[in-house]
Formats: sequence, C-alpha cells, structure tokens
Amino acid sequence: MNIDLTAMPTSLDAGHFGLAILALLFFILFITKKSAPKETLTSQTAKPDTEVPAPKAPAKLKDANPDAALQLLTLLQQEARLVDFLNEDLGDYADADIGAAARVVHEGGQKVLKEYFTLAPVREEEEESRITLAEGFNATEVRLTGNVVGQAPFTGTLIHRGWKATQVKLPKLAEGHDAKVIAAAEVEL
Amino acid sequence: MSSLSADTQGCRYSVGIDLGTTHCVLSYVDLFSDEANLVHEVLPIPQLTSPGQIEEHLQLPSFLYQAHESELADGDIALPWSAQPDVIVGVMARTLGSKTPIRLVSSAKSWLCHSGVDRHSEFLPLNSPDEVSKVSPIEATYHYLSHLRDAWDHRFPATPLIDQDVTITIPASFDPAARELTAEAAESIGFEHITLLEEPQAALYSWIKNRGDNWRQQLSVGDIVLVVDIGGGTTDLSLVAVTEEAGNLTLQRVAVGDHILLGGDNMDLALAFRINAKLTQEGKKLQPWQIQAITHACRDAKEALLMDSDINAVPIVVPSRGSKLLGSTLRTELTRAEVNQTIVEGFFPEVSIEDHPVQQQRSALTQMGLPYAQDAAVPRHLAAFLCKQQSAASALFGDNLSDFIKPTAVLFNGGVLKAPVIAERILSTINAWLEQADAPQAKLLEGLDLDLAVANGASYYGHVRQGKGVRIRGGLASAYYIGVESAMPAIPGMAPPVEALCLAPFGMEEGSESTVNNREFGLVVGEPVKFRFYGSTTRRDDQVGTLLDFWEPEELEELPEIQATLPLEGRSAGEVVPVKLAARVTEVGTLRLEAIPREGEERWQIELEVRDQ
Repeated sequence: MNIDLTAMPTSLDAGHFGLAILALLFFILFITKKSAPKETLTSQTAKPDTEVPAPKAPAKLKDANPDAALQLLTLLQQEARLVDFLNEDLGDYADADIGAAARVVHEGGQKVLKEYFTLAPVREEEEESRITLAEGFNATEVRLTGNVVGQAPFTGTLIHRGWKATQVKLPKLAEGHDAKVIAAAEVEL
Repeated sequence: MSSLSADTQGCRYSVGIDLGTTHCVLSYVDLFSDEANLVHEVLPIPQLTSPGQIEEHLQLPSFLYQAHESELADGDIALPWSAQPDVIVGVMARTLGSKTPIRLVSSAKSWLCHSGVDRHSEFLPLNSPDEVSKVSPIEATYHYLSHLRDAWDHRFPATPLIDQDVTITIPASFDPAARELTAEAAESIGFEHITLLEEPQAALYSWIKNRGDNWRQQLSVGDIVLVVDIGGGTTDLSLVAVTEEAGNLTLQRVAVGDHILLGGDNMDLALAFRINAKLTQEGKKLQPWQIQAITHACRDAKEALLMDSDINAVPIVVPSRGSKLLGSTLRTELTRAEVNQTIVEGFFPEVSIEDHPVQQQRSALTQMGLPYAQDAAVPRHLAAFLCKQQSAASALFGDNLSDFIKPTAVLFNGGVLKAPVIAERILSTINAWLEQADAPQAKLLEGLDLDLAVANGASYYGHVRQGKGVRIRGGLASAYYIGVESAMPAIPGMAPPVEALCLAPFGMEEGSESTVNNREFGLVVGEPVKFRFYGSTTRRDDQVGTLLDFWEPEELEELPEIQATLPLEGRSAGEVVPVKLAARVTEVGTLRLEAIPREGEERWQIELEVRDQ
C-alpha cells in the first residue's frame, strides 16, 4: 500500500479545522473521564465516613406488559379494523376509497379511545399563546424546546397542548385467553 | 305494589331490577344509609364483551347465546365468578348472535307475555335447527336474573342478592299470566323477598327521587300525569292522578295502556330498510350481513342526527368482512330528511285525537311470531289510550265531559325519548289535542336518566316502602271476569251466550282477597276444566260477583283460557265437587285465582296459563 504524502493537505480548510476541534474535544473527554473515578476513589479512601454522592444506581427498567399491548391492538382491530387498514397498500387506491376506510378506522378508533381511556390535555391554554412555566414544573408533562437557557420561570409559546390519560380502564382478560390472537379467522358454515 | 312485610326489615339493600326487552339494569339503595346522603347506585355488571374479555357495563343486554361446543376456547368464556358458565348473556351474546342468529335468544320478555304460545315450553331460539338446545322464555329470564345475581354476589359477598329486598319491574300492560311467569322465574333464582312494580310507576318514583321535596311544587291536586315509556321493544302508557289525603299529596295510578310491541328497534329496522332501498336503486345488492351492519350503523347515525340539529347527514360505512378494507367498504349516508321522514313522520305523525290505530285482520297464515303492533304510529296508540280511559279519573275529580282524558303533565321515559325531536313531537301533539279541547297545556316533567330511571325508581321504591316518601297507589289496573255459560234454552246453530262474572274488581289492592259467594261451580275431580277469562281496563265499578250479560266489544278483552285441575286426593275420579271461586292479589303483585270446595279448608290454584298437554 502506497501512501502518497503529497496528498496531505497543505493548508487548513474549514472541514479539517472542525475535525481537529472534535479530536481535541474527544481528547479532553478522555482525560476527564479517566481522572474522574480516580478522584472519587481517592476521596473515598481519605474520608470514608463522610457523605458522598453514591455511585449512580442503574435505572430499573420495567418490561411493558405485552398482553395489554396485544389487548389494545385487539380492541383497535375489533372496533376500528386498524390492523387490516395498516396492512393495506394505499398506493393502489383512490382517495375516496381510502376516505371510506378511514371513516371506519376513525369511528371505531374514537370509540375505543372514549371507552377505555379518559384523556385530558396537559395544558388548558390555547395553542400558539404565550405561557409561563413556574419553577418546579413537571418536565415529563411539559417539554422545553428551542432556546433552552436560563432559569425558571420560563416563558414561551405553547405549541402543542399535550395529552395525558387521567384514567385507563381496559377490559379484564380471562386467565386462559390467548391474547396473541388479535382477530380470529372467521369461517362461515 | 305490596306493603312492607316484617321480614324485609333486616334487608341491607333495596335492589331494583329493570328486566328490559333489550337491556337489564340493576340499581340499589343502601337501606342503612341516612336519608340526607342516601347511597343510591347502579351496579356495574361484569360481562363478556368478546372472547376472553370481561368488561363492566351499567346495562346487560338481554340476549342469550348458546355456543356450539367447538365455537369458543375453554378459557374464553370465563366470568369472574365462574370458569365455565352454562350460557353466555350480555354484550358478547349479542355480538356472536348477530353472526349466528340460530343460537341467539332475544326478546324473551315479549315472548313471556305472548299468550299464543306455551311459555313453559322450550322453543327459543325460534325456528333454529334441532341440534341447538332450546330454552323457554322463563328460562331465558332466569338466565338474565342469574347473571345479575352472580354479579351482585361477586361484588357484595357478605350480602347475597337473594336475601335482599328485590323489586323487579314489568310493563304496566303485562297480563296476570305474564306477571305470574316473571315471578316464577324470580322464585326459581331463590329470591326471598320479591315485589313486582310497573315500569311507568318506577319511572315516576325515579323522577320524585331526583326532584326531592321539590316535586310537590310541580304537581298539585287534580293533576293527571301521563307516563310515556318507549323502550327498545315496547311502548308502555300509564296515567297517574295526584290526589290529597289528610293534607298530603298522594299519587294514584288510575289506568294502564295495552301491550304495544313497538319501540326503538322497529325504528332502526325501518331506517335500515330505507337505506337498503336507496342502495338497491343505485344498483347495489346487499347481503344479509350487510343489512344487519347497516341496521347497527343506522342506530348510531339516527342518534347523532336526532340529538344534534346542526348535522345534516351522517355517513354510513359498512366495512368488508374480509381483511381487505380498501375498495370493498360500502359507503352511503343517512340524511336528516330521511330520518325526519322515516322516524319523526313515520312513527310520530301529527294526528288528531280521533285518529286511532288501524287494525288489519291478520292473515290466517301468519307465521308463529311475536304480535308486533301493526300500526307504527305511536301518537295513534296514545290517542286511543286517552280516549279509552276517558273516565279514568272521574271517581277522583268528577265527570270528564270531553271525549278523552286530559293529562296535565307528561313524563317521558325510555331510550327513544332521549331524542329531543321525538319528545317535542309527542308533547306538541298532546298539546294540540288539549288546545282543541280548550284545556290548558300539559307541562313536561324533566330530569330523568332515561336509560336507568326504571331500575333507579325500583330500588327507590323499596326505600319508600319503609315509610320514607310518597307511594303511588295502584292495585289491579284491570277488573277480571270468568266466562259463564248462561242458562237459557239451547237454540240449534247458536252457541249459548256467555256471561261474565267479576272475580277481581278494578283497583284491588295487594294482599287483599275476594270470594264470589253468590255462585258455585262444579269441578270434575282429576280432569282439567277450562274457563274463559276476560279483563277490562275501563269497567271500574263492577264488584265481586257482578254478572254481565252484555258488554261493548272494546270494554272486555278476552284473555287466554284459565284452567283448574282438582287432584284426586281422597276423592274418586269423575266426582263433581262444588266449589266457590276466589281471587287474591299477592304481596308480590301477582293475581292468584283459587277454587275453594264447599266442604273443607283446601284451596286449589287455578292456572292462569293453560299448558300444552
């Protein structure tokens, strides 16, 4: 393999300047990361009895219950034919046909939503209006975007009101029921 | 309907069961809760909604499905209280039955009061293959009640339903046999304390409960309340008069209407036929399952159009049965004009008070089926009722000089009347009649939950019976007569004329008894003896023992024959025993006819329903 040394850049263009900065950044990160545990280690050995931030415990992840998900799919298929609809290739059909089918999906889907979930907007204000978030707002309920700097209270434009389920009431499942069957095949005799 | 018997004192709950043609509802009052914060709730009923899925709904659809053994997996029909229930009732029964009608029992209640069939015999589902096991209308009723009992016992294991004070509602127009059969179904569950209550009365109780003490401001002495109850399958009418007793307002049910098999289901069907005709004109031929789906869609579309006057058309879409949704979905729409024409003008036309239902002679070849009302116009049935009951309140308020009784207030009940357009139409029709007769307009009594009022009223009634609130007095809404051959010389070619002997007078109260003393009958031991039986909702003055040799055809209605069989016990077959006849209205609210031999203390019950031998 031949390396043509003359192909090496002789002047510094913007791209390579960027790369250089990135390399530097990684280097700094590498150094700090390496030194950080060492630091805690030394402080731990020096003063073992004082309170120190404990090593971050690994977050507990819970498995979403597949039965509930399958059940919801079953309901959406039963009432709204959602699985049928999503498995169709829309390309071959006119918008009028798709519209007729969309009504089935919408009507049934709405029924499922109303029947089993009580939904409420997270924020009651009008969208596109200015709102102020006080300190200690719930970051799960409200997501900050854009120019996220400074301290609360934050003032910004409400883009989407959000949704939250205030109540979920899914049907109970019989013990012996196989939830994996989303729609039984139907045979008319 | 019955007075408080001492044995209901210990009951914790008063339970009201609305045993409807299309839905059942169970409501309860905690009798231990204090008056100011009365615990009065509707029980959510767990039921299968699809295989393996159990949901709670306030209504239990009155449908029974007898699945084939290979139709459903074992684990798919479990209920919270039973892993393998014998039958399926409720939402899933209705859904499965819409695709397999041969296994579905519906309208058991209408069959229960159909005197043309033996209601103890097992014939439902009608006309289905022999392999499908059949049930009688009583058994179907038993299964609905039994599901309600299990749901209750599951929720309140410490206070089983059979030990509670249970009130079951029935149409006011139920004849004595249908009442007896309902009580029989309830007794087979094992209920210890049951009472039957007429549905329109239950609706009025619910209204009184909702109004609190305010109801006295809305009604005063001399008022006549017309209760119009249009449910899924039947239309039920009653008149309640407001009177005074020792300075307190009292209510008295003075008249009930005929049994009219006409309700919301007929309306959905009419719309589906209309849509079907429209599509046929467009050259589309529909299959039976599509018509059924359209009927279903029409129900929702009709409700949307009748509830919201801003909508002008609602699309009706019927998806294909296969997994391909696109291209094979049938789409049409139901317009406001169509609903107005079919429902409002078709079922609720503006008619005059003289305009009564058209009765066509049924052809002799009529299939065995339910005797649905032939005239679909509800206001005509209403006009006929008000005219027939012209003098219903004369004994209370003096003679009524008009051709019809004039209600001063109207109470609506039943799902159909949730639609403001229909309620307004009925009220304006009644008010037009009143205006023509120079009578003041009838006011509308508002504030009922039209789906749950009957059950709520029934459970509240149990509370009222403990002396906590106003009671509606009723008694028998009909006088009952037995047919007696008149003693006149035989004339060749002419049947001997029949006279009617009054056994039970109009308004006879629960717990009371009457005996015909002026006449004896000879019963043959060991042989069934049949009697002709009549009822009259208009002859209010006949006493026990009154013998009628002439009556107008509309005055007396011939009911199914009744039958007495004297057991052999200590007698020889063929012996003729002289007996007196007696009538008793039980605490439950049923009519009991008995034969009492001249000698001895025995009493033999006369069957209100003649069984097929």
